[in-house]
Amino acid sequence: MEIFQIVGLALVATILSVLLKGQKPELAIQLSIVTGAIIFIFMISRVSAVLVLLQDVANRVSLDLVYLTSVLKIIGIAYISTFGAEICRDAGESAIASKVEFAGKILIMILAIPILMAVLEIIIKIMP
Amino acid sequence: MDVDMIFRIAAVGILVAVLHQVLKNSGREEQAMMTTLTGLIIVLFMVVNLISKLFNTVKTMFQLY
Repeated sequence: MEIFQIVGLALVATILSVLLKGQKPELAIQLSIVTGAIIFIFMISRVSAVLVLLQDVANRVSLDLVYLTSVLKIIGIAYISTFGAEICRDAGESAIASKVEFAGKILIMILAIPILMAVLEIIIKIMP
Repeated sequence: MDVDMIFRIAAVGILVAVLHQVLKNSGREEQAMMTTLTGLIIVLFMVVNLISKLFNTVKTMFQLY
């Protein structure tokens, strides 16, 4: 099972990070960044399997591919901004972390505007 | 999974901490500072490579261009 590999890796990295935090906190932060990136790159093949399944379902119900692409982009932006914000918050910089989250929210809102406009147009069409 | 990068960073960190202690106790404050800086930059190069790999992966996967 891969979960045991990941949890074992996370435990070892946590112990090393706590060890480093007493002497060199800046290296401990970098250790936690690397651990997060390695775990995500490790899981990326499973995520791609899920994405292929989602695209298959979207093709089958003949959904417009624009919507699926926007949803995927939103998930990507949310993941990356959460990753950055958590790292900043770990290092004690919660002001920078909340700015990163703010930027992520704005970019997600810009991506969601076409979907919102489509919904509005449908509502206007329905109304007499 | 390139786990050895974690151990490499931890090794650099422990080595830098020990060198820092030794240099500080022998009264060479500025060299201890330089050792810390060098360790930080070495690790930063490794981390930047991995971060760029992560960003490229996320970009291609979620079609963020």
